[in-house]
Amino acid sequence: MSVAGELFLEFALLSFVAFGGATALLPEMHRVVVDNHHWLDDTTFTHLYAIAQAAPGPNVLVVTLIGWEVAGLAGALAATLAMCLPMSILIYLLIDRWESFSGKRWQQAVSLGVAPLAVGLVFSGATLIATSASLGWAAWLLLAATVVANLRTKLHPLWFIAVGAVLGLLGLV
Amino acid sequence: MSTAATPECQSRPDLRALFLGFSAVGLSGFGGVLPFARRMLVEQRKWMTADEFNTQLGLCQFLPGPNVINLAVVVGKRYRGVAGAIIAPVGLLAGPLAIVLLLALLYDRYGSLPIAQSMLRGIAAVGCGLLFAMAWRMGSALKGKAVFLPFTALTVAAIAWLRWPLPIVMVAGLLLSGGVAWWQLGRK
Repeated sequence: MSVAGELFLEFALLSFVAFGGATALLPEMHRVVVDNHHWLDDTTFTHLYAIAQAAPGPNVLVVTLIGWEVAGLAGALAATLAMCLPMSILIYLLIDRWESFSGKRWQQAVSLGVAPLAVGLVFSGATLIATSASLGWAAWLLLAATVVANLRTKLHPLWFIAVGAVLGLLGLV
Repeated sequence: MSTAATPECQSRPDLRALFLGFSAVGLSGFGGVLPFARRMLVEQRKWMTADEFNTQLGLCQFLPGPNVINLAVVVGKRYRGVAGAIIAPVGLLAGPLAIVLLLALLYDRYGSLPIAQSMLRGIAAVGCGLLFAMAWRMGSALKGKAVFLPFTALTVAAIAWLRWPLPIVMVAGLLLSGGVAWWQLGRK
């Protein structure tokens, strides 16, 4: 099978457990793309995440970038479609019945149960990017400052990205 | 169709309006565009009321996958059937996709330059910080922390430390954590 086809199947499977969106899938995409298939190396993976952060649009676009680096335009489209299409079809079919099962005990149990897992996935993604980026002490300091500033202020995320880019360009992190 | 909706909220967008409306949403958001989708749908174009938005968002957040894409499908379907359900998410993604692919081209050409490498290193550190902050906020919003935060810790251990495959971890985690939630709901 072509690499784009393989990418489609791998990511389509992942879309069924993407609770918390594409961001929650970062650790698993890293496992598939870097560890299992060696399509990308650690540094490139980190860079793609950085580029996705600096660009506008839904978080799912990091998947597009990974697809592009693995298999060009076909890979970019395959990865994006794989991530969006299965759930889009499912939601198209289910939305009219949503009110009949919303609020049921099993539905509430799934919602309550999945939330802590999603937090764990996003936290794991952050840990993984931090370790793959092999950050120095100054970069860790910048990371910590970003966490605090983002939680305490309402500054637009682009400001943080800009500060990171400038400090990086100056060779400070 | 909700009969409770006020008349001024009942404008029916055509395909062009759906495409343009969701394009604007996609291009205006950094690090998550859901708040922009709400602003466009409820406040600016008044395609739905706040209550309708919350109800429809319920299923989008209940199912896995990118919530905002799911939302675009739902809104598109509601107003223009299958065609709308295709056009709305395409509008949401087309602009940002073009930008991201342009950046990818630049990265392929100039990414190996030391100057690009150091800039991306700075952005990665910040991006990582934003991700930790997002996890923190999601964690603070959890209901029943004493009961459910251990499941967060188990997920981190399984995924980040043991590197177990995600599908297995999620199915097992959902059975355990969802099971506890089921039991708790039954006691009330």
